[in-house]
Amino acid sequence: MNMSRRHMLVLLPAAAVAWKFALAGTPEASPNYTKSEHWWGMLIDIPKCIGCGNCVRACQAENDVPDGFFRTWVERYHVTDYHMENPEVISPDGGKEGFPSVAEDAGKYFFVPKMCNHCADSPCTQVCPVGATFVTPDGVVLVDQKYCLGCAYCVQACPYGCRYIHPEKKVADKCTLCYHRITKGLTTACCENCPTGARQLVDLKDPKDPIHAFLKTHEVQVLKPQMATGAKAFYNGLDGSVR
Amino acid sequence: MKLLKDAGHLFRFAGLFVIAFLIFLVVRHFVVPKTFGQYGHYRGASIDEMAARPIKFAGHQTCEQCHSDVAETKTNGKHAHVNCEACHGPLADHANDPASVIPTLPDTTVLCARCHTASAAKPAGFPQVNPAEHSGGMPCKTCHTPHSPVIGATPAAPSAAGGAK
Repeated sequence: MNMSRRHMLVLLPAAAVAWKFALAGTPEASPNYTKSEHWWGMLIDIPKCIGCGNCVRACQAENDVPDGFFRTWVERYHVTDYHMENPEVISPDGGKEGFPSVAEDAGKYFFVPKMCNHCADSPCTQVCPVGATFVTPDGVVLVDQKYCLGCAYCVQACPYGCRYIHPEKKVADKCTLCYHRITKGLTTACCENCPTGARQLVDLKDPKDPIHAFLKTHEVQVLKPQMATGAKAFYNGLDGSVR
Repeated sequence: MKLLKDAGHLFRFAGLFVIAFLIFLVVRHFVVPKTFGQYGHYRGASIDEMAARPIKFAGHQTCEQCHSDVAETKTNGKHAHVNCEACHGPLADHANDPASVIPTLPDTTVLCARCHTASAAKPAGFPQVNPAEHSGGMPCKTCHTPHSPVIGATPAAPSAAGGAK
């Protein structure tokens, strides 16, 4: 074949592009876990939460979360009569060491554990300018800390306040839904350590997961549904005063 | 070929574009990580890096492989659904090397109070006490067995598998 230099120049870029596509097709690394077979979320059962702070401590231990920062935290709401729109909310040190006792008082009290909602249409991943945060094929919002620049755009974008800039790494950090645990068949650190079962990891793609029956028979809500984030932290018994 | 008679300068110019494009492709090949774009606009390998992190809480299934006696005690008690590490702390290191990593027993005076201190904010059905009035500062396990906290049962001596006190 007689190929002129011009032909060669035309063919080279095409070959380079084709090679890129060939490289992209590398298989998944962990053989026992198929990402496309899962769609993770969390069920938070507010009437079961006793505000012990076990989830917060477990999360900090499992994930080396620095003091004063939280991947999950617990808030205590106090709603007095006729003040639905102005609840008194406290979260001393994220509820890590529990909450001060209260005597019988007017109004109602309840605990709301908060965490990343692992939104299917998450605002935080949409604003990342470098592709450092993303929703995985199994529905977990993660941060690639080798790629993150620490611009904190995502911290502002999260409507739930679930992200922070790590004080030492200077990159965005957040709940990973214990991705290193759930891919090994374990539950998250917070769920493992919740003494009352107020938090449960759910797999929406698993037909045997009790979440399907639970969602059919309970009044379940997500936080800030008006934001249309596709939140996957499902709250049972959520009060209207919760922000 | 009359059309292209004086078009040499155009081809030289086009050639420059092609070379610039090739340089771009080569630079891009080395600068952009291999797995970028594998699943979406991000580095696909970062998912597996995240999954490869070591765990710290072994999980109650792991604990029960050796401590089946404790698991048995818990089954019928009120703490059946409280997992081991919720009280004993993260012990994956102990599970990996039971001989050299010896866990310390939690102090029940502090531990039990975290959940069971009375507060109107807690769900009404949850068992709650005022620790000072209830026990006068005595450790809870003086009377209750933590693994099955019914009163009256003598606190069990730590079993052989249960480790040091």
